Amino acid sequence: MVYSYFPGCTLRAKAKGFESSTLASCEVLGVCLEELEEWQCCGATFPLQIDNSFPLVSPTRTLASAKKAGRELVTLCSACLNVLKRTNHVIREDLDKREKVCAFIEEDYSGEVEVLHLLEILRDEIGFESLARKVVSPFAGLPVAAYYGCLLLRPPEEVGIDDPESPSVLEEFLSALGCDPVEYPYKTECCGSYVVLQPGEPAVSPSRLVVESAKSRGAKVIVTSCPLCQFNLDYAQSGSVERGENAVPVVYFTQLLAVALGLGEEVLEFDGHIVPPGLIFQSVGVGGCGGLT
Amino acid sequence: MKTGVFICHCGLNIGGVVDIPKVLEDLSGYDSLGYVTDYRYMCSDPGQQLIKDAIRDKGLTGVVVAACSPAMHESTFRKTAEAAGLNPFRCEMANIREQCSWPHRGEPEKATQKALEIIKASAEKVRKNQELSSLSIPVTRQALVIGAGIAGMQAALDIADAGYRVSLVDRLPYIGGHMAQLSETFPTLDCSQCILTPKSSEVGSHPNIDLFTNSEIHSISGYVGNFDVTIRRKAAYVNWDVCNGCGLCMEKCPVKTDSDFELGLAKTKAISIAFPQAVPNRPVINSEVCRHFTQGKCGVCEKVCPVGAIDFKEEDTFIDRKVGAVVVATGYDLHPKTKVGEYGYGVAKDVIDGLEFERLNSASGPTQGEIRRPSDGKIPKEVVFIQCVGSRDQENGYPYCSKICCMYTAKHARLYKHKVPDGQPYVFYMDIRAGGKGYEEFVQRATEEEGVLYLRGRVSRVFEEDGKTVVFGVDTLSNKKVEIHADMVVLATAIVPARGQTELARLLKISTDEWGFLSEAHPKLRPVESLTRGIYIAGCAQAPKDIPDSVTQAGSAAAKVLALFSSDTLSHTPEVAVVDEELCTGCGMCIDVCAYDARTLDARRSLAVVNEVLCEGCGACQVACPSGATCQRNMDTAQVMSMIDAVI
Repeated sequence: MVYSYFPGCTLRAKAKGFESSTLASCEVLGVCLEELEEWQCCGATFPLQIDNSFPLVSPTRTLASAKKAGRELVTLCSACLNVLKRTNHVIREDLDKREKVCAFIEEDYSGEVEVLHLLEILRDEIGFESLARKVVSPFAGLPVAAYYGCLLLRPPEEVGIDDPESPSVLEEFLSALGCDPVEYPYKTECCGSYVVLQPGEPAVSPSRLVVESAKSRGAKVIVTSCPLCQFNLDYAQSGSVERGENAVPVVYFTQLLAVALGLGEEVLEFDGHIVPPGLIFQSVGVGGCGGLT
Repeated sequence: MKTGVFICHCGLNIGGVVDIPKVLEDLSGYDSLGYVTDYRYMCSDPGQQLIKDAIRDKGLTGVVVAACSPAMHESTFRKTAEAAGLNPFRCEMANIREQCSWPHRGEPEKATQKALEIIKASAEKVRKNQELSSLSIPVTRQALVIGAGIAGMQAALDIADAGYRVSLVDRLPYIGGHMAQLSETFPTLDCSQCILTPKSSEVGSHPNIDLFTNSEIHSISGYVGNFDVTIRRKAAYVNWDVCNGCGLCMEKCPVKTDSDFELGLAKTKAISIAFPQAVPNRPVINSEVCRHFTQGKCGVCEKVCPVGAIDFKEEDTFIDRKVGAVVVATGYDLHPKTKVGEYGYGVAKDVIDGLEFERLNSASGPTQGEIRRPSDGKIPKEVVFIQCVGSRDQENGYPYCSKICCMYTAKHARLYKHKVPDGQPYVFYMDIRAGGKGYEEFVQRATEEEGVLYLRGRVSRVFEEDGKTVVFGVDTLSNKKVEIHADMVVLATAIVPARGQTELARLLKISTDEWGFLSEAHPKLRPVESLTRGIYIAGCAQAPKDIPDSVTQAGSAAAKVLALFSSDTLSHTPEVAVVDEELCTGCGMCIDVCAYDARTLDARRSLAVVNEVLCEGCGACQVACPSGATCQRNMDTAQVMSMIDAVI
């Protein structure tokens, strides 16, 4: 299985562990991710003004370059996925915008490329049953809460990797790794997004509600596929960490995948995390990760 | 041959666009016409008199009325012509309104020219029209009513009371439909059973009604006045003729299973009567759970039955009926709450739907009418009612309004308040639609006198937490997010067509809308007729509606059936396809193109045959026929060619 691969900026800065754990896991699973040449930022947010075509330029250039590579395009970050899928949708449906943007970037692109999230490949190409067979260090019933956030699922008609109201793809993934998925009502509520940059309690309260709800239902770890969600849920627990209170590590789903596939801690890169994930792995005695701190 | 042309101004509808004096002038030079005149309103009595006089005085042998669509007034003017002694099929409409003046309002000159051409073409057609007489079809004066809910029962009673036999079919073992499950009814709060039971027993004992419960339509063929129906009566494994309904079998049956009638809120036995007042009051064995069928043992019911009615070997039986008319009243289902992700996919035990609340509130229901929540049987002190779950939701459900939910939610909230005076009902709504006699007043009492808290806004999520059912919503009037830790949540889920309705519609060859509701022939003027003659529709099978509307529609459908039965023959237009047996090669191409199943192949003679009653005269076969053997009466190829010649 060979795919074009769009890492996006965050995976080269704050979310290095997301990428390193993914690439190492994909190698084990026989998924070859070929990085696009000279890719550029997806734009981070999809433009909501209908008369603003300029933010579509950069993602369209990425899509056009994937078309030349002739393969489906895989991405990991929920925000990149959202921008690329929605841009693709606009280029497919809106002839005026397609013409305008393509003329500007001097490319011939009309939405031919299929944009996929890694979860879609794990679910639809490899299959969770066959993934489960490849797991060498299963998490023996580790209670893990899946956090979807908004960008991975919405709007459903443009992004649509799962039911936006009650998704289950991450839970199925977690079950394949031997985890015990924790059901909690906040799994698709907003984390607060960029509001977290504002000072004061209201900025972190949405994230805190998510964490508290997951925790109250027994979650020991929270997984996500969005670097911003990861940061927000992690950052919301800074106080707890300082006070030495019980906190829940927030990791990328691929970091659990790498552990389950028996990969070493060098591919996990937990450096930037506020709540140290290693403690959890130790506490449940997961094989292969005994040395994590 | 003397053809008269009568041009109608239709006030300004035609006269304001088409230059009628010019048309008259041009036509006067058209030598095949015997008489040309105009009038402001040709369909009025003086207008019709004008035509009658001209036919008599000028000795006309054909008439063209240049006016509106034939769908509007063809029959009017053909009757006029007939009254003056002309064969009605020598009167034709030239449609210069819908097909000329209306669409070409801005181009009067071109419209005038087009009107002229349409009139000339029609005049050419009339010249070659044959004198025809209507076909006569015998009518079997017996009816079939499918579905025995309140609409089906009402239609059956009205037809039966008029003296005609009715076969009333329902797939459930009892009649009454969903209404049998309801507790009280809006806007009067009278008990549903109390108003339904007398009707059910009337149906059950009516000398003109043959009741087929636990039955389905196996097949149906034929046409108006002459349908052949086969009813499949599913095996009940109990001989209902012998059974006396004593109930001993149900008492002794060792197998418990979820009761469908109680929507899973209570258990019943493998042999059961759905509810005590059921008509007919006879039990059915559920072979999917009965130990005799699943494990080959038990047979307790057989042993205890004092009259020997149990018959494990019973098989489905097929009953043939010939009927002249069919009323389809198959009712509705609720959009399953298991499909609503944001409200927990129906996993949360204390999230129920409106029908389940009816059962909780029913004196004969699982809680004997006390409002007790399903999870632990406690009396809920805070109940949230959510309206428009699936209805008016283009993205996740259906765009239409389910019509009855505003009213039944107000009813639920009020009944709850009557039974739990210290409880607090909340209602999340989008709008309150309370159009109906006494309806708005009913809702007003809920909001103003009975302490029901109405919150205008949607609910984003419902989930269980610490024994509560938490509701996240918004009150858009105060612009505040609302979080309610409720004890129970009631969802007003959308009304959808009953399961299997689409398949039934296919069997009956009647059409449905995109959601599966049966299509009426005209939304305003023919609301109880399907597009297939002789098949009528009533109740929620057509669209969501409440009991009064269902009863009204059922009565109306029955009136249509009675009008059909008012004579033992029916007339049908003779302007249908005919086959020239000399030319027909029996290739069968006409059979494939016929949309009305009016064509069959007589294999022995290798000829295509037309069923004149089913033929609607669309002309598709005439076009498809490669040997020119098929033509439509009064629209044959020669006529079409001369109509074209008149125009070009």
